[in-house]
Amino acid sequence: MSQSAEKVLDHFELFREPEYKEMFANKKENFEYAVPLEEMKSQVEYAKTWEYREKNFNREALTVNPAKACQPLGAVFAAVGFESTLPFVHGSQGCVAYYRSHFSRHFKEPTSCVSSSMTEDAAVFGGLNNMVDGLANSYSLYKPKMIAVSTTCMAEVIGDDLNAFIKTSKEKGSIPAEYDVPFAHTPAFVGSHITGYDNALRGVLTHFWDGKAGTTEPMVRKPNDSINFIGGFDGYVVGNNREVKRILNEFGVDYTMLCDPSDVWDTPTDGEFRMYDGGTTLEDAANALHAKGTIVMQSICAEKTAAFIEEHGQEVARLHHPVGVAGTDEFLMAVSKLTGKPIPESLTKERGRLVDAIADSSAHIHGKKFALYGDPDLMLGLTAFLLELGAEPVHVLSTNGDADWAAKVQALFDASPFGKNCHVYAKKDLWHMRSLLFTEPVDFLIGNTYGKYLDRDTGTPLIRIGFPIFDRHHKHRYPVWGYQGAMNVLVTILDKIFDVMDADTNGIATTDYSFDIIR
Amino acid sequence: MSATAEARVNGAELIEEVLKAYPEKSAKRRAKHLGVHEEGKSDCDVKSNIKSLPGVMTIRGCAYAGSKGVVWGPIKDMIHISHGPVGCGQYSWASRRNYYIGTTGIDTFGTMQFTSDFQEKDIVFGGDKKLEKIIDEIQDLFPLNKGISIQSECPIGLIGDDIEAVAKKKSKEFEGKTIVPVRCEGFRGVSQSLGHHIANDAIRDFVFDKTDPEKNAFTATPYDVAIIGDYNIGGDAWSSRILLEEMGLRVIAQWSGDGSIAELENTPKAKLNILHCYRSMNYISRHMEEKYGIPWVEYNFFGPSKIEESLRKIASFFDDSIKEKTEAVIAKYKKLTDDVIAKYKPRLQGKKVMLFVGGLRPRHVIGAYEDLGMEVVGTGYEFGHNDDYQRTTHYVKDGTLIYDDVTGYEFEKFVEAVQPDLVGSGIKEKYVFQKMGVPFRQMHSWDYSGPYHGYDGFAIFARDMDMAINSPVWKLTKAPWAK
Repeated sequence: MSQSAEKVLDHFELFREPEYKEMFANKKENFEYAVPLEEMKSQVEYAKTWEYREKNFNREALTVNPAKACQPLGAVFAAVGFESTLPFVHGSQGCVAYYRSHFSRHFKEPTSCVSSSMTEDAAVFGGLNNMVDGLANSYSLYKPKMIAVSTTCMAEVIGDDLNAFIKTSKEKGSIPAEYDVPFAHTPAFVGSHITGYDNALRGVLTHFWDGKAGTTEPMVRKPNDSINFIGGFDGYVVGNNREVKRILNEFGVDYTMLCDPSDVWDTPTDGEFRMYDGGTTLEDAANALHAKGTIVMQSICAEKTAAFIEEHGQEVARLHHPVGVAGTDEFLMAVSKLTGKPIPESLTKERGRLVDAIADSSAHIHGKKFALYGDPDLMLGLTAFLLELGAEPVHVLSTNGDADWAAKVQALFDASPFGKNCHVYAKKDLWHMRSLLFTEPVDFLIGNTYGKYLDRDTGTPLIRIGFPIFDRHHKHRYPVWGYQGAMNVLVTILDKIFDVMDADTNGIATTDYSFDIIR
Repeated sequence: MSATAEARVNGAELIEEVLKAYPEKSAKRRAKHLGVHEEGKSDCDVKSNIKSLPGVMTIRGCAYAGSKGVVWGPIKDMIHISHGPVGCGQYSWASRRNYYIGTTGIDTFGTMQFTSDFQEKDIVFGGDKKLEKIIDEIQDLFPLNKGISIQSECPIGLIGDDIEAVAKKKSKEFEGKTIVPVRCEGFRGVSQSLGHHIANDAIRDFVFDKTDPEKNAFTATPYDVAIIGDYNIGGDAWSSRILLEEMGLRVIAQWSGDGSIAELENTPKAKLNILHCYRSMNYISRHMEEKYGIPWVEYNFFGPSKIEESLRKIASFFDDSIKEKTEAVIAKYKKLTDDVIAKYKPRLQGKKVMLFVGGLRPRHVIGAYEDLGMEVVGTGYEFGHNDDYQRTTHYVKDGTLIYDDVTGYEFEKFVEAVQPDLVGSGIKEKYVFQKMGVPFRQMHSWDYSGPYHGYDGFAIFARDMDMAINSPVWKLTKAPWAK
């Protein structure tokens, strides 16, 4: 027995003790009828080959370890970004349990969201009663200022009509007639979480701007000097939105952040649970119509929303998750162009500091090979930054990026000497990435938490940038946008490079001549 | 009025107060799920296993979660296809901490996400052809898998796909390979619970009934037992198995944490099935009793009092040699548990706990808290049935607040009023209560710690509860200048 009260061993150490190791061996030997060791080892090796890679890339139907989630997750993200808004997902209830857990594991914060809890009878008769009762319950219990409705695939397959259902609910007195209930159909079998964000955000704007589902006159745009900012589905939303606000305040522009969950996903521990905190006010969401223009920070993620805003007469600046010097330059110039305000000296100075930092560290990144995966906009931003650092983004992969996205990544490769041997992979998953890392190894991998399995299997050190990050804490509090954000990304990459360098040179009397004290 | 009688009155008043926030119709329905335990009653006087109200923020999940997430997912040498759109498999990917040993992606597949990633065309034209191709591709890329299960997501049952036919066809094509269609669409039933039942039935129909009993060369002994309903969260089944082996029993199968398909297939050869999570696996235990004559016994490996009781109960099915060894096991761990209690009880004595979990834990962990001098003042089940609440009466004290399928609103109000020293529930609840300044432990995932089962696990449990309650952070929640 190894356990003691004095030094409590948990799963990290307990199962390495001899009595457990022996138990595992016996279990395997006598009861698991496991694959013979040699056969297992030979498959391990085979899975590293080009031949396996070809088979793997010939897959047409099976998806293994994808880097995307489904639409309603994005719809919930969009909804919680509005003042005192309760996301209401019409369909099966298990989905909502999943979205809430998923966000809480990433942000380490509560995520309030309700379901209409449809079951078999609703599958047969439709979910109208669930909507009618559900809205009444949510309204009474949680007193939201707005309820934003989206759908699970169940409600989509049976064809429930949100507009009609919400109308009927109002007629039946579940909620007041004038109460704001924007909605969006968000089928899980179309697109991904970024599509759901787009649909839900457009749903909110449509509600306020286009006459609240036919219950009021559509608003008439009276252009003013303000701008709107749309961040998109962003795992760094807490840090990023605050940084963007700081930047826009430096400019001295009037702005509306459309969808801002940076407060509700960062509430204090002070004895009070705030179910709602901050967010875009409903008034601001409506008045955002009058803005001069809108900055869309992730335009693949907010494609339809951007088009919708343009149709309403605004100029739209479409960016792709800008990270780095040129990326941030583009963002600031877009703000300047839209508002007519010069880029403030303070930000120019920040730019210089970022360039200074890159110059200081460039020798350690230059020529290093990277593989990266994630949402399409993020991949565009990171690819551009890596090229800017003189690194080679050898494999750039996205499960929810399509051919248009791939062409954009290719254009980045083509514009840089460092992009010469780089390839882009659209609609591929992390099992594809595994083959890429075995057949064409790189120095570092950039991705979300699930990349740790690739790190383990292929020995490619993982730099965690993306969503979700479950196994490191508080990363979402640090921006990746703006010059300061780029600095954070730079340091994140450098820290891993130096850690790997130290681990690789600490062999006593073998390699530790390079175990330098100054790097 | 006695203290417990007073607790009963307070509890009843609290429930009445909380229900006022609901629309009348909903208040009436929720009232049936809330109660205060009265000593001597045969159940906790609450209704359970009924549809959740829409819009109230139920904590429950779905049938898919019960089947893929709980029962099937941990079987390590099979590939479990999340059949339908991408989300379900994504959100449940490796999050339940069902530990296992194996080379992932080669001979085991537990922490992987296999999905058919349904697109609109699959909904319109059906997904059976795609499923066939998926099975072919799995065979090609993961040839060492020992079986495949098809875990249905909501659309499958709605669009009329015939996954049973696909499974049958492909099984034949691959020489009788175990391919299991599971009808665990998320809209079925009222919670995870039906998913457990459907998953159990699928094991009966597609593992037991389709496996040649001679398939695995197996020599039985009189001491063969199977661990049923332990998902090896943080290694729970391992810290349980070690005790059973020490008492002279031979554990021939683990259901399903760190389990393999061969273990499932061999279970009908067991002499006794020992059942931890009654809720999720009583069905298959009853089936094995009826069909193969294998008795089953429930046990509880949380905390020394219940462990000791359970070890003796299990031993009672065997001869004196086992009984003697069992006493030796209890004696062997006595010092450890005494030391653990001596160290932690003074720090935890009298602390009040409120629980809300699934499966067996709303009752099973109560003894472990009591061993540490703590008191459970409120508990409830996410997806329990009446037989769970009946079993709960043996654990809870008079005056304990009982809340079935508690809503976010109710739970917050109950904790606010009762002011427990610790709340034990899930990830969705964790941060709500921590914001309120209430120490919290996740009691599904062990908050990334564990194991909590067995004597080794009890030491970890005690350490973790102490760590939560006595963390210095809780003294910092109020700024010194705040009034």
